[in-house]
Amino acid sequence: MQEQKPIVIAQDVHKWYGKFHVLRGVSLTVNRGEVLVIMGPSGSGKSTFIRTFNALEEYQKGKIEIDGITLGHDLRNIEAIRREVGMVFQQFNLFPHLTVLQNITLAPIWVRKRSKAKAEETAMQLLERVGILEQAQKYPGQLSGGQQQRVAIARALAMQPKIMLFDEPTSALDPEMVREVLDVMLQLAQEGMTMVVVSHEVSFAREVASRVILMDSGLIVESGTPDEFFQRPQSERTRQFLSQIL
Amino acid sequence: MSNNQQPNNPKLNLWRDVRFWRFAGQFLAVLIAAIVVAILWGNLNRNLQQLGIQPGFGFLNSQAAFDIGETLISYAPSDTYSRALLVGLVNSLRVMVVGIILTTIVGITAGIARLSDNWLVRKLALVYVEIFRNTPLLLQLLFWYFAVFLTLPKVENPISVLGFIRLSQNGLELPGIQFSPEFSTLLIGITLYTGAFIAEIVRGGIQSVSRGQWEAAASLGLKPGLAMRLVIFPQALRVIIPPLTSQYLNLAKNSSLAVAIGYPDIYLVASTTFNQTGRAVEVMLLIMTIYLTISLIISLVMNLFNKSVQLKER
Repeated sequence: MQEQKPIVIAQDVHKWYGKFHVLRGVSLTVNRGEVLVIMGPSGSGKSTFIRTFNALEEYQKGKIEIDGITLGHDLRNIEAIRREVGMVFQQFNLFPHLTVLQNITLAPIWVRKRSKAKAEETAMQLLERVGILEQAQKYPGQLSGGQQQRVAIARALAMQPKIMLFDEPTSALDPEMVREVLDVMLQLAQEGMTMVVVSHEVSFAREVASRVILMDSGLIVESGTPDEFFQRPQSERTRQFLSQIL
Repeated sequence: MSNNQQPNNPKLNLWRDVRFWRFAGQFLAVLIAAIVVAILWGNLNRNLQQLGIQPGFGFLNSQAAFDIGETLISYAPSDTYSRALLVGLVNSLRVMVVGIILTTIVGITAGIARLSDNWLVRKLALVYVEIFRNTPLLLQLLFWYFAVFLTLPKVENPISVLGFIRLSQNGLELPGIQFSPEFSTLLIGITLYTGAFIAEIVRGGIQSVSRGQWEAAASLGLKPGLAMRLVIFPQALRVIIPPLTSQYLNLAKNSSLAVAIGYPDIYLVASTTFNQTGRAVEVMLLIMTIYLTISLIISLVMNLFNKSVQLKER
C-alpha cells in the first residue's frame, strides 16, 4: 500500500551557507501519523532542516522525498509539495492587509481553485476548531499573539496538508499564550495529523510526541520515544542539553 | 517638610499653563503671517500704481487673436483669452492624466523588473532607471523632439510598431487616435522620466515587505507572481503611495516644460497671453492657482487611496 510509505524520507542531507556547513548529513524518516519533536540549541540547524521539507531552503547534497515526490530543482515538484505541506512560523507571518477569514481562504481559492463560498465555509469550521470563530472579520494586528498563531494554524490546515511543519510555534509568544497554541496542536495530533515540530516545549513533547530528536551542529545526535529521550538519553550531548532545559 | 508640588492648585499662573502657551503659539503664527501678507500686498499695489497699471481680470474677455496648434475643444483666434486659457488647461490635463496612467505602468513594471531573478531583465531595468533619473528632463524632451520625432519618416511611409502603432513626423497614430509630435514627445518624455523615479519607489516598497511574507505565501503553494500580486504588492503600497504622490505632483508640474517644444499647454497659452496683454501679475496668479488646484486634487485623491491601504491595528 502506498499509504504505508513514510511521508518524509531524508537521506544524508547537506547544506552550506557560504562556507558554514549547516546540515552535515542528516537522515530521517517520518511515518504517516507520527508526531516528531525536534529539539536542539540555536544554530544547530533544526529550523533549516525542516525548512528544506517545503523548499524554503535549498540543500546541496543528499535526497529528500516528500509523499513520494523528490524535492530537487523541479519547479513543478516544489509546487506540488508545497500544496501538501503546511507550515507554521515562529513569527506567525499572517498577511496583515487581509482579514482573518481572507488569510485562511486565500490559498484555497487561488491555489486549490475552490469557490469563495466553499472556502469560507471550510475556513469558519477551522476557526471554530482553533477556538476563534468570533475573530473572523478582524485583522491580524487586532489579535493577540496566541490568537494570531491559531489563525496561522487554521490557514495552513485550510490547504488540507498531509503533513504540518511547526517552526518554533510558541517561541514568540507571551508565556500565558503558549498553552492555547499547544492545546490546538495537541488536538491536531490526537486527530492523527502528521507533524514535525521544532520546539523546546518539554511538556508537549512528553505528552504527544511519538519520537523526540536532538540536533546539534547540523547532525542528529539522539532519537527516541519521549520516555527514552528524557529518561535514558544515549549521548552525553543530550544529557547536557536536558540538564539545561529541564 | 516643604512640598513644592501643587497637584490640584486651581489658580495656576497663566505663564505656567501649557494650554495658554499652545494658544499663544498659534496666535503668534497667524499674526506674523497676516503682517507678511499685508506688507506684500501693499507693496504690490503701490508698485502697480506707480507703473499706472490697474490690476484686474477684465482682459480675459478680450479677443485672444492668436492661434493654438492643438485643441481638444473648439477654438478660433477670435475667441477670448479665457477660452484660450481653457484650451491650454484641457491640453495640460490631457497630458497629465494620460502621463500619470502610463508612468504608473512603466514605473511598476521597471520596479518589479529591478528585483527580477533574471540577470538581463534586472540590468536592463537598472540601466533605464539610471539614465532617465540622472539626466535633465528638459534635455530628454529636446532629445525626443529633435532627435526622434523630427527625424521620423514622412507620414506617407510611417514606421509600424506591433502592427497598430504608426510613427511618423505627424506624430503617433493608434487606430482611431492621432497624437501630435509635440504631445507624443511630452507624454513620452515625462512618462519615462517620472517612471524611473517610480521604479525606485516601487522597488523600495517591495523590499520593505518582510521575507516572512514571501515564505508564508510560498508555503501555501502560491507561485511567485500570485504571491506578489495578492500578498506582497498590496503591503508594499503602504510604503509606495506617499512618495508616489510626490512623483505625480512632479509630473503634473513638469508638464509645463511643454513650452520648450511648443505643445500648447496652460503655461504656453498663459505666457503668450501675458506677452500680449502685459498682465504678468494676474496671469501668473491665475496659472499658479490652476497648478495649485490640480496638485491639491491629486494629493486629495492619493490621500484617500493611502488611507484605504493602511493597516488596521486596533
